[in-house]
Amino acid sequence: MTPSTSSLTPTGAASEQTRPRPGPALSGSPVVGRPRLLPAPDQPIIDISRHLRRFGPLPYRGDRGLLIDDVRAAGLTGRGGAAFPVYRKLSAVLACGGRPIVVGNGAEGEPASAKDKSLLLLAPHLILDGIQLAAEAVGAAEGVLYTSLDTASTEWLNGLISQRRSAGLDRTAVRLVTAPPRFIAGQASALASRISGGPARPAFIPPRVSQRGVDGRPTLVQNVETLAHLSLIARYGPAWFRTAGTPDEPGTAICTLHQPDGRVDLTEVALGTRLGSLLDLRAAGAVLIGGYHGAWLPTATAAQLTLSDASLRPHGAAVGAGVLAALPADRCGLAETAMIARYLAVESAGQCGPCRNGLPRIAAALADLAAVPAVPAVPAVPAVPAVEAVEAVTSATTATAVRADTHRRASRAPDPSILADLHRWAGLVQRRGACSHPDGTVRFVTSALRTFEQEIGAHLRGRCTAGNRQPFLPTGRTGAGRRTEEDWR
Amino acid sequence: MPAKPAMKLRVNPIACRGHGVCAELLPELITLDEWGYPLLADEPVPAYLGRQARRTVTDCPALALFLDHADGDRD
Repeated sequence: MTPSTSSLTPTGAASEQTRPRPGPALSGSPVVGRPRLLPAPDQPIIDISRHLRRFGPLPYRGDRGLLIDDVRAAGLTGRGGAAFPVYRKLSAVLACGGRPIVVGNGAEGEPASAKDKSLLLLAPHLILDGIQLAAEAVGAAEGVLYTSLDTASTEWLNGLISQRRSAGLDRTAVRLVTAPPRFIAGQASALASRISGGPARPAFIPPRVSQRGVDGRPTLVQNVETLAHLSLIARYGPAWFRTAGTPDEPGTAICTLHQPDGRVDLTEVALGTRLGSLLDLRAAGAVLIGGYHGAWLPTATAAQLTLSDASLRPHGAAVGAGVLAALPADRCGLAETAMIARYLAVESAGQCGPCRNGLPRIAAALADLAAVPAVPAVPAVPAVPAVEAVEAVTSATTATAVRADTHRRASRAPDPSILADLHRWAGLVQRRGACSHPDGTVRFVTSALRTFEQEIGAHLRGRCTAGNRQPFLPTGRTGAGRRTEEDWR
Repeated sequence: MPAKPAMKLRVNPIACRGHGVCAELLPELITLDEWGYPLLADEPVPAYLGRQARRTVTDCPALALFLDHADGDRD
């Protein structure tokens, strides 16, 4: 059984658009010639013998600890968002002793990201190889693959795992655990709680998950793409790994690209690739880098930068999990930000006071800031909301309608104090949660306040200069406000 | 004999219910935000407030407040 194409789509909106397609040509990349991990969408590598012919046998090292030096020399960092050096987590878990457990993290709660689900369906054996090799490296006797795939794909993956076991490929038992479709379900302590049988909510640490995670055992948590890279480093060595990317940030990364025309591309490129060669910036009004915990940048700034933390960090952005989005030039960045901020507020686990109180207020203030009428692009075509247009028609005279409309617009202009509120609340939630959800949300929101400064000025005068206020990026289940305990399992 | 290590106030934000007792007992180092949750001074507890700080930790109704080594980091 093979996965249906529909299971490639992330939960929620724009499902047809988010199916991975061949990315842009890699010729613009600095070093890498072709993708390392990602096969073409119509040529998934499912068959074990085909996988082994393509990549070579599974190179077990024979004892724990032995792979760690290679991973260190390769300079591999986590591809789940935090870019933490992989060898340090391996060493930390190994040093704990006990009965460690290895978790491949494919929760991918970010609605704008499709790379982990796609890699799981297109090249599952690279991930499963990575779990085996990481398990050997830290001396783990158990592996878990944590994903938010649908039931059919989960059964299909279980079948592959059984095949590997009977073929004598796997030495460590691996089981699948389903992550709920929540933004923060892949956060390390939330993951540890879910795999231990609890809800996928973050816990207050210390101690670290590497010391005490699943069932209280030392737990290695690595993103599934990271594990796939690790399996190739074990095969081909650190020098090969460094033939792509930059000296400080070696290797490739799989990116989900949201193009201004609504296309969603999945592409694997070398770190250090120019953003301008990945996104169609000519049609972009602004660029979102690193997803919903990432940062908005003006298009002109993004055009100067590359896909690397060295290039992005000075501008308050980071590669993260490789989500890059070019907002079409006719869209309102504030409306987009308000919609995503509301989604992030709803996705809070609601456990910590500052996050529970601050995020909804930030989202509401952004909604106020965003909700002003659009300036008609052509006077003959009213771009005011439909209700106002109907009211205008039913008014006694045109003059009355215009006067009423002007008055309404004036009264609807947001109070400028809203900006001071936003900055104060941002400061109040930052670094005060058990997890980094409030911090990531603040990074995203404050980057919008910087990048859309000019549009904010227009909104404070009661006018939106964008022609199209339709949401552009996906936000999954924003509509559902109420949350139950079952949502976290 | 090594000097007593510097300690810092920390709060478990999941356990904290915003009772506000801590800010009343230790206003020198704790204030409340506009929703009633504690804002802790980002500095080691000075020696002259050590006893008062330990008392405040004990009296937190949610057992959310604690003293941690000032150089301790977290995930």
